[in-house]
Amino acid sequence: MKLKSQTKQKIAFALLGLAAVIVIVPVALILMILIKRGLPAISWQFLTEMPRMGMRAGGIFPAIMGTLCLVACAISVALPLGVLTAIYLVEYARKNWWTRMIEIAIVNLAGVPSVVYGLFGLGLFVIFFHFGSSILAGALTLAIMELPVIITSSKEALMSVPRSFREASLALGVSKWETIRCVVLPNALPGILTGSILGVSRTAGETAPILFTVAAFYLPRLPQSIFDQCMALPYHLYVLSTQVPNVKPALQYGTALVLVGMVFSLNLVAIIVRAHIRSKKQW
Amino acid sequence: MRKFREAIIEKAILLNGFACILFVILIFIFLAKDGLTLFKTIRVQDFLFGQIWSPLAEPPQFGILPLFLGSLVVTLGATVISVPLGMACAIFIGEIAPRWMREILKAGVELLAAIPSIVIGFIGMAMLGPVVKNLFHLPTGLTALTGSIALAFMAIPTMVSIMEDAITSVPRTYKEGSLALGATHWQTIYRVIIPAASSGIVAAIMLGIGRVIGETMAVMMLTGNASVMPETILAPVRTLTATIAAEMGETVRGSEHYFSLFAIGLVLFGITFLINFFADMARHRKKK
Repeated sequence: MKLKSQTKQKIAFALLGLAAVIVIVPVALILMILIKRGLPAISWQFLTEMPRMGMRAGGIFPAIMGTLCLVACAISVALPLGVLTAIYLVEYARKNWWTRMIEIAIVNLAGVPSVVYGLFGLGLFVIFFHFGSSILAGALTLAIMELPVIITSSKEALMSVPRSFREASLALGVSKWETIRCVVLPNALPGILTGSILGVSRTAGETAPILFTVAAFYLPRLPQSIFDQCMALPYHLYVLSTQVPNVKPALQYGTALVLVGMVFSLNLVAIIVRAHIRSKKQW
Repeated sequence: MRKFREAIIEKAILLNGFACILFVILIFIFLAKDGLTLFKTIRVQDFLFGQIWSPLAEPPQFGILPLFLGSLVVTLGATVISVPLGMACAIFIGEIAPRWMREILKAGVELLAAIPSIVIGFIGMAMLGPVVKNLFHLPTGLTALTGSIALAFMAIPTMVSIMEDAITSVPRTYKEGSLALGATHWQTIYRVIIPAASSGIVAAIMLGIGRVIGETMAVMMLTGNASVMPETILAPVRTLTATIAAEMGETVRGSEHYFSLFAIGLVLFGITFLINFFADMARHRKKK
């Protein structure tokens, strides 16, 4: 009997290990395929030239710049909004019905399908506010979408600042807001940054929300203002892989690799920042 | 003066806290404003239970049942694949794997979460589609099954991270008690740890499903985009999300077709709202 349960355990653990392998292998495969087929396409010209011949040749420069623009605009709206909301929830909110409502709202914002954000952005920013299909409309849509990520991670960062720091500051006669501004925020900043970078990396790869709010099918020039349309990397990959016939695979894989490279390097920065804080933390 | 400033700042931050509620309400209003306009001309039951979706035909028909079933088939398929895999992976990471392996696995899962949906769709079209096609001798590799497999891998990171959280937050005393009574590690896992973590696991599954239902780009590229009633999992289907993404570009603003896509958005919003609401309830029950 004893042996039997030991054998059972061995079988069970082997199966669990197998499942873990099944989950991890596709990640490695996807990366290998992208690198193997995408790397040869990537050159200085590919990264810095306009697309030519109906996107069948040339580079992806405007798509890269478009994505960078969108991401930068989105984060500059979402970061202050998200951090202030987190400050409210951690420092000011009492445990009551309203606070619970806000939490439920955040959970639901995180769960709204990305294409529904696209519809919302179309309805509110493009049509109701008359922004038209523009970087502004797309970035605002993305900003609302990344808000829950930023709030959740900022909340965690704020909560990890020890109570004694706040109490010491308050005992010295510093007001509540100044305590938050000068004591709590600086200590929580690395954590907040990590979360925001993760939020950014998520929006950089999103396609559905920008479909109707900003993305231009083919626009071989750089955007001049935030009221311009622009190309974006994820949408460009979509166009290359489904909308334009006879595109060289190298071009598609190259675009995919640049996109994944961008998203992963943002993630890597976040992971390094996080590791750095953990090693420096003294409490 | 200082008190006055503090009060103002507190009010401003409070207002900010309400922004999230405002956004949820705004999303609902803007979906409902255009979505409900459809029902001036189309009956609600024809929309929800109509079996034909052909908005460009004459007269156009706006029955979302095939799309809804398409979403359902793909979601069920993805759930069947991802729940056992995700759960096994979470248990392995949380309980069994040695420290170095755990770090590698966690990093791998995080990387999987970070791959944009469009890239999964692109690679799926190039790699997974042909495999499915040859394996089942199908005319096309872009089927509900193809979409399900890809979506399962997009849901797994969400599931694993929440499940692992739930598993590691089971008090250590439970585990020690069970081991002290002579149970093996495996017996402890499935008799003690999993039941104790069950509400977190349920929440994880629901959030994973929520992610699958809302997924758009990968599913649009991989399921073959045929808005017909799905008969088997090996047939091309089209989901609610893919319909919006594929057709919005071609509609005339203010047409019935345009309104019908907002109505679909409203349906999707409703579904994910319910799923997330209940998942959140399950998670909070755990904490008490």
